[in-house]
Amino acid sequence: MSMSSEYRWETNVNMVLAGAAGQGIQTIEQGVTRLLKQAGFHVFATKEYMSRIRGGSNSTQIRIASHPIAAPLDRIDLFIPLDEAAFIRYSPRLTSASLVLGDRSRLPSHPGLVDMPLAALAEKAGDSRYANSVAIGAVMGLLGVCPNLMNDFLCQRYVDQPEKVIEGNQAAATAGYEAGRNLVENGRVQIALQSSPGVSNDLLLNGSEAVGLGALAGGCNFISSYPMSPATAVLTFLARQAADFGLVVDQAEDEIAAVNMALGAWFAGARGLVSTSGGGFDLMAEGLSLAGMIESPLVVHLAQRPGPATGLPTRTEQGDLLLALHSGHGEFPRLLLAPGGLQEAFALTRQAFHLADKYQVPVIILTDQFLVDSFGNIPDLDIIDLQVKHHFIKSEADYARYQVTASGISPRALPGYGEGMVCLDSDEHDESGHISEDLALRRTMTEKRLRKGGELLNDAIAPKLLGSSDYHTLVIGWGSTCHVLREALETLGEQPVAGLHFSQVYPLPPQSEQWLLRAEQLVVVECNATGQFADLLEQAAGCRIDHRILKYDGLPFTVEDLVARLRAALDLPDQTDQEGGI
Amino acid sequence: MPQDYELPDLDIAWCPGCGNFGILTLLKKALAELSIEPRQLVIASGIGQAAKTPHYLKSHVFNGLHGRALPAATAIKAGNPQLTVIAQGGDGDMYGEGGNHFLHAIRRNPDLTHLVHDNMVYGLTKGQASPTSQPGFVTPLQVDGVCQEPFNPLSVAIALNASFVARIYVGAVAHAVTVLKAALRHHGYALVDILQPCVSFNRLNTYEWFEEHCYFLEEGHDPEDRQAAFARACETERLPLGIFYRDSKRKTFEEHLAAYRHDSRPLYQRSPNTGRLHELINDKRLN
Repeated sequence: MSMSSEYRWETNVNMVLAGAAGQGIQTIEQGVTRLLKQAGFHVFATKEYMSRIRGGSNSTQIRIASHPIAAPLDRIDLFIPLDEAAFIRYSPRLTSASLVLGDRSRLPSHPGLVDMPLAALAEKAGDSRYANSVAIGAVMGLLGVCPNLMNDFLCQRYVDQPEKVIEGNQAAATAGYEAGRNLVENGRVQIALQSSPGVSNDLLLNGSEAVGLGALAGGCNFISSYPMSPATAVLTFLARQAADFGLVVDQAEDEIAAVNMALGAWFAGARGLVSTSGGGFDLMAEGLSLAGMIESPLVVHLAQRPGPATGLPTRTEQGDLLLALHSGHGEFPRLLLAPGGLQEAFALTRQAFHLADKYQVPVIILTDQFLVDSFGNIPDLDIIDLQVKHHFIKSEADYARYQVTASGISPRALPGYGEGMVCLDSDEHDESGHISEDLALRRTMTEKRLRKGGELLNDAIAPKLLGSSDYHTLVIGWGSTCHVLREALETLGEQPVAGLHFSQVYPLPPQSEQWLLRAEQLVVVECNATGQFADLLEQAAGCRIDHRILKYDGLPFTVEDLVARLRAALDLPDQTDQEGGI
Repeated sequence: MPQDYELPDLDIAWCPGCGNFGILTLLKKALAELSIEPRQLVIASGIGQAAKTPHYLKSHVFNGLHGRALPAATAIKAGNPQLTVIAQGGDGDMYGEGGNHFLHAIRRNPDLTHLVHDNMVYGLTKGQASPTSQPGFVTPLQVDGVCQEPFNPLSVAIALNASFVARIYVGAVAHAVTVLKAALRHHGYALVDILQPCVSFNRLNTYEWFEEHCYFLEEGHDPEDRQAAFARACETERLPLGIFYRDSKRKTFEEHLAAYRHDSRPLYQRSPNTGRLHELINDKRLN
């Protein structure tokens, strides 16, 4: 065996820990991300799991780095399979540079396999089910994290378990720790990764929590939803906050009830949210149209997953953009926001409540499984001035809900607050809200409603330029592709190529035009099969998209994948050696 | 006074002789006798001729989608429990299109009154069968007559332990007002199935037919007796009127909500708990 290091990890380590559902992959993900963050490493984790409760294959991919990161990588530096199925599933991604820690007697042979009998070590510590703690220990040992942090984590994780479970898991983790430490001490693995002390004070959260916290900051006090992956975590997060935040939480009988309840809640003066995915959103279409007609604020969190129909329930896609744009019969304004990462998931969800209330339109927040399920550290959330500004009024006796105004926005009153009567109707209606078939009035009311769409542009969220403004090629992304796009462009390092990320996808922010017009070549990157945002840009901005880089296998873009596809699309020379480049 | 609910210059869309006129009168009378102020009253309705009722009396109105009045009404009450909330519509609206919401509203037990105009036919779409149409009823669509078992809202509601279940007939005015008042006063979900003729599209279930087929539950009927109530609700040859069933012990949906555990104010009067939000965010530092 060579004495020089076989594995040298520079600024990044990308690890995959995988096993069957029920083997504790989630605990590994929680433990490893939390402990490495506490130790000062930047972390980013994404999950992949199968749509079942036990068995199948689950994995967490955890990337750590000396600098902030928020995009997945393709290569695997460290792989810890908890069973053979996990090994087989990930073996196509292993290279000669991948270190595999696992039980040699149970896994197929691989040149990078270093024997670490997880189950046997766990059994020695008390129970073979502690194998996930061995895995946590091994990672901590490799990275030289203080073992006390690890023991504290296990103590908290199993706080409601008997003492011997805690001790057994700690012993299992210690065994893993020693095995990991040995690999460093005997020089097989060399780690140049730097930790930054400030990181330990960062927040560590996932996309669902960011959306949930954003909703609370936006004054959300009513959520009615029907469980559906990957949107359920927002509902459960908010359910836990019900008492502290005076939040009404209801698991509706179906999505039709959910959206109609949210509209009833806004009518009564609450701030209502529904969280759903494509299939559930389909059922809400009529409710969305009702929001348009009665000019009710509404906030919808649409966590996308691959369709059509049930599709791939636990995987990711950006396939519902045009659905969100066109859903609901008739013509009415709406706002579509698509956060690029955790900070925006918080900030835009919060903003969604403000804008829905201000303009009396439905606001749809488009996330996806990748975004809601990924974890990462961020220094803080934007929590300056948490006061919520309400836009409803106290009514006078002669109040008319649909008073025609120049902006199209009529003062919104609430039942029981003031002297006036508040009347909403899904039929075409007069200013007082009562049914009308006056066809001249129909024109007036249609125009009034549509004027709000123009007004919405006053608060448009401009797209963000990634890179230098001195570009000839602009690579456009929206929603959750923000960070992978940023990193791919940095890796590409081509000066005349810049990125433009949209977190408001409809109506197109007026600021987009100047950026789009300046480019000689436009590329759109999105996680769907047809290029829905590319279509929208061509239609709404009148530009021509030269290349569409699309992905629709249920997995998010990785940095390497996007770099390679950008090189191919832009006809740039292939860079064969990317080792250490990312 | 019933006049407190009058609206000026109404252009009412109902046919002359429609049972809805009678129901509107009954409702205004019951509301007036209970001194429920229009300012505190919200009526949520769906689509159909019955669902237009809230446009013809003074109240706040949420005239939403076909079949969806109950979810909206439930949320309105949950958002502001100080309001008196009624969900109103026809048999097609509430038992057909909105059937699932009917089942689950009963399970939640929101404190609202559910008024269903039951004329056993579709009016606004011109004469098709409704979920409560009688077997053999011939329509332009059911050309060989209705072959489905009629939906029995009362027995369904009692099976689900609805907290108040009643039936009235628009022609029995004094009785109907008494029952309506009891329903409005009831703390919890109260179903009132209101029998009415449709003079344009139902030539079978006419005023005369209802007069012949309806009778009042005798004074000895004990609404606390669920088995007896269920048996009475299953009668189909002749239709009993009155309060079939009542379970006043059930907690309401709003009483179960954490949001009102320590604070009775309607949600619109509240601000987010920013102190707790800061704590929640800082908890994510996990140190």
